[in-house]
Parts: sequence; C-alpha cells; structure tokens
Amino acid sequence: MTLAELQRDFRAWLVSASDESAARLGGGKRAGLAVYQNNYRAQLVGCLEQSFPQVRAWMGAEAFHYAAVSHIDRHPPHSWTLDAYADNFGATLAALFPRNPDIHELAWIEAALTTAFVARDAAPVAAADLANIDWDAARLLLAPSLLTLPATTNAAGIWSALHEGRDRPEAEMLAQPCALLVWRRGFVSRLHTVDMLEHEAILHVQANGSFHALCEMLVGRVGESEGVIRAGAMLAGWIGSELVTGVDRALPIFTTPNQGD
Amino acid sequence: MPAFPLPRPFAGYGLGLRKEHYQDFLETRVPVDFVEVISENFMIDGGQPLHILRRVRERHPVILHGVSMSIGSADGIRHGYLQRLKALVDEIEPLFVSDHLCWTRIDGFNSHDLLPLPYTEEALDIVCDNIDRAQNALGRAMLFENPSSYVAFDGAMSEWEFIAAMTKRTGCGLLLDVNNVFVSASNHGFDALDYLQGIPADRVRQIHLAGHSQGRDMLIDTHDAAVIDAVWRLYATAISRCGPVATMIERDDSIPPLPVLLEELDIARHLGLKEAA
Repeated sequence: MTLAELQRDFRAWLVSASDESAARLGGGKRAGLAVYQNNYRAQLVGCLEQSFPQVRAWMGAEAFHYAAVSHIDRHPPHSWTLDAYADNFGATLAALFPRNPDIHELAWIEAALTTAFVARDAAPVAAADLANIDWDAARLLLAPSLLTLPATTNAAGIWSALHEGRDRPEAEMLAQPCALLVWRRGFVSRLHTVDMLEHEAILHVQANGSFHALCEMLVGRVGESEGVIRAGAMLAGWIGSELVTGVDRALPIFTTPNQGD
Repeated sequence: MPAFPLPRPFAGYGLGLRKEHYQDFLETRVPVDFVEVISENFMIDGGQPLHILRRVRERHPVILHGVSMSIGSADGIRHGYLQRLKALVDEIEPLFVSDHLCWTRIDGFNSHDLLPLPYTEEALDIVCDNIDRAQNALGRAMLFENPSSYVAFDGAMSEWEFIAAMTKRTGCGLLLDVNNVFVSASNHGFDALDYLQGIPADRVRQIHLAGHSQGRDMLIDTHDAAVIDAVWRLYATAISRCGPVATMIERDDSIPPLPVLLEELDIARHLGLKEAA
C-alpha cells in the first residue's frame, strides 16, 4: 500500500467510520482508530459549539448537536484553519430547519462577528480629518471588516439578549425588514441594525465609494432636500461608528502656495 | 545537503501562550524565558489576537508552533499555507518555527488531527521533500515534534530511526515531546529509553512536557493535566542526553491559573539546573 492509498483509507475511516475502511488499514488497529475517530468528531463539534454559542443556546444543546453531526457528515473539513469549518454551518442549519429564519440569521450574526474579529486592520477616519474635502470627488472606504445581511426576524434582539444574559424574547418576523451590520470597532466586533435605505446606501458605497453618487442615489429615493440631509446624517453616523476608514481623492479645496513663489 | 543551519540552543523555560493567560502576560512580568504560540491562530489578517502577540513579543522571545503544515501528506504541502506562515515568521522573528511529524491533510480533506505515518522509505522520501520545501519557503531550519500515536503501521524503521534519517537528510531540528514518547511507548510497547537513545540528541532544540489521561484501551495525549512523575524522570534522562534545551509545559485543556503552571515549570527548571551542575 502506498502512502497516498493509506492516507485516503484513513480519511475514509474518519469520515465514514466504515468497517471496510478500518479493514483496509490493517488488523488489530480498531482501538487506536477509534481514538482518532473520536478526536476528529469531538474537534469539529467543539469548533461549531465554540463558534455558535448563542445559536446553541437558542436551539437547545440537543438540536444543535443533531445539526453539528449532520454538518460533519455532509461537509468534511477542507481548510488548514479550523476556524473556517464554521463558515458554511449556516447553510446546513438552513437546510435542516428551513422554517426557522431566526436560526439562520442568528447563525449569520455569530459567523460574521467571528469573521470581523480577525479581519484586516484599518484605522477609522475622524471627523476632524475631513476638513477641506472636495465631496464631489471624494470616495469613501468602509471598514474591511464590514458585513451586511437583510434580515426578516428579530435575530439581532435575540442575539443581544442571549449575549447579555437577559430574558430571551420570542422569535418574531419584523413588520418592516431591516439589515444587520457587523464590523469591528477597535478590537471588538459590533452588531447593529439599520433600515433598508441605509443598507442600500452602504452597499452603494461599498461598491463604488463615491459620496456624490450616494447623494444622487438618496435624492432619487427620498427627494432632493431630504436625500442630501440623509446622506449627511448617514455619513456622520458611519464616522461616529468608525465605519469609515478612508477617503480617497480627497483633494484640498485650498492649496498652500510654494515657498519659492 | 541541508541548506539551513539549525538555530543555536536556547536553554530557557517557557509556557504555551493561551487566551486564559493573555491578561497576565500583558499586565505583569511573567517569569518565563519564552512563550510558544500556535502559529495558525495568528495566521490571520488582523484584530486583537495579532495585537496581543505583537505586545507579548516585545517582552518575550516567541516560538511559532504549527499544527497544519502536514509534512507527511503524500500530495505535498500547500503553497498558500507556507506564504501565510512566512509572513508571520518575518514579522515575529521567532526563536524557532516548529510543526509535527505527522500528516493532517490529503487531497481536499483536512482532519485537524495529527495523524500517524508508516515509517517506510517511501514516507521518508515524502516527508523529507516536504520539509525541504517548507524550509526553503521560510528560509530557515525548522523543528519537528514527535507525535503521540494510537495506531502503528508496519514499516521498515522505528519512529526514532525515521527521525534520525529525517534530520540527517533535511537538516531540521527536533522538538522532543517527552510525554508523547511516554504515551506512544505505552501504547505500542516499546522502551522509551530506546527512543531517547535512538534520536539524534544534538538536533534537539526544544522539549515539550504535558499531561495525559488513561483512555479505555490506551493512553491519550490530552494536555489537560499535570506532568506525571514517570514523565519527569524521562525528562531528566532526555536532558542528560540533549543538555538543557528550551523546555515548556503544554496545557491545552483544563487550563489552570498561571501560578500553577509556573510552579510546574519550576520543576523543569530545577531539573535543568541540576543537570547543568
């Protein structure tokens, strides 16, 4: 047996625990193979439990364990980092519990918080840095950790209540859809909800960054005077929340004459 | 011909840096000579973990210890992984860079466990090719740790003969996990002293000490308990052969308060001083 064949048989044992794969690895190894099988599954279950503590609290340990085992059976890990194993657990939850959008959105929140926690660093822009900006030319850069999702349930409220140890609310559909924002402020991942217009504005800025285009988009949605006011208010809110991490093509309106002139 | 010289020996005493002790390391002067971190936990884009590592690095030498390089993979090691590790190595300038003599990955599957190799000529060729590639990518010699194992395959060599051949061909160093020697010796019925006698002592640059637990049929390397007396005795034998080298307590589960681990580390320090005298 070549090394590659042995390793593929070992993989088959870990994934399926079948008698055939154990037999191919040779006799007298069953007790040892059981240790590896246990380590493999315990490690993956532990990863999912650690990555989704509030989903587990919300669903209950038994239902969560059922989902974790289903996920492990369907999706063997592929990445060098164990953290990546949590990435598509939300899809498994959606497949297993299609009528529970609260669970799907709660899982998205926890996965996004983890992703944002180790996203690329970028220092936020302060309001004082924005003096003398040519706003017609300015392109905003938003935090690289920023993730968004349109939401239909009160998952954000559920997550906050569970996280803070408060009484958990009942799951409910929102009267008006909103969007979830997750980003990292300093070293702490944050969760916030915004209305769908602000969500659209954020997607717009993430796509092309132009503040002028953002104003035009908002004017088109809510009228000239209200659109410009909303754009200014959103920008102020994003700066205050440390969501803006750069302004490109920020040309000074006034330039200092050269000393030799 | 090995391309990179082994790092010089470093006779200090350290601990694995774990989340439970971050505040201790950031706010107090912890009496250790180095810390070891799991490389993969810091092969990330940004955020607090990297910030903490940078701050700890200002106070202590750091050893990068990996778990996912998979030098035993028949289909080679991954370029993207090496690139990420190299970026971390370049920034942190670690005392040593280490991983395990094992495989974790085949094709697109990653087990996230340290899986055993058959000690055959074919496996030796593959392991040495992979080590050469890793060392060339990092531009330095690495250390590789002997694993604890629960299955042994038929092979042409013992584990210590395999390790001796591997170090000779690649120029890599050894991270000797004394507890792993004890666990594997018990599980597979070999003499731990034969193991210590068989490995090239001059290639050992670091020693791991840890606790284990009794499973149903064999000893399990759980890293969740204190080092037992028999492992301390084996450690004393190991340093009588290797000389005092960088030694640390490895605890990954049931992690006690830092003073408990420092007290345990003092036992190693005491044995090291005794050997040096």
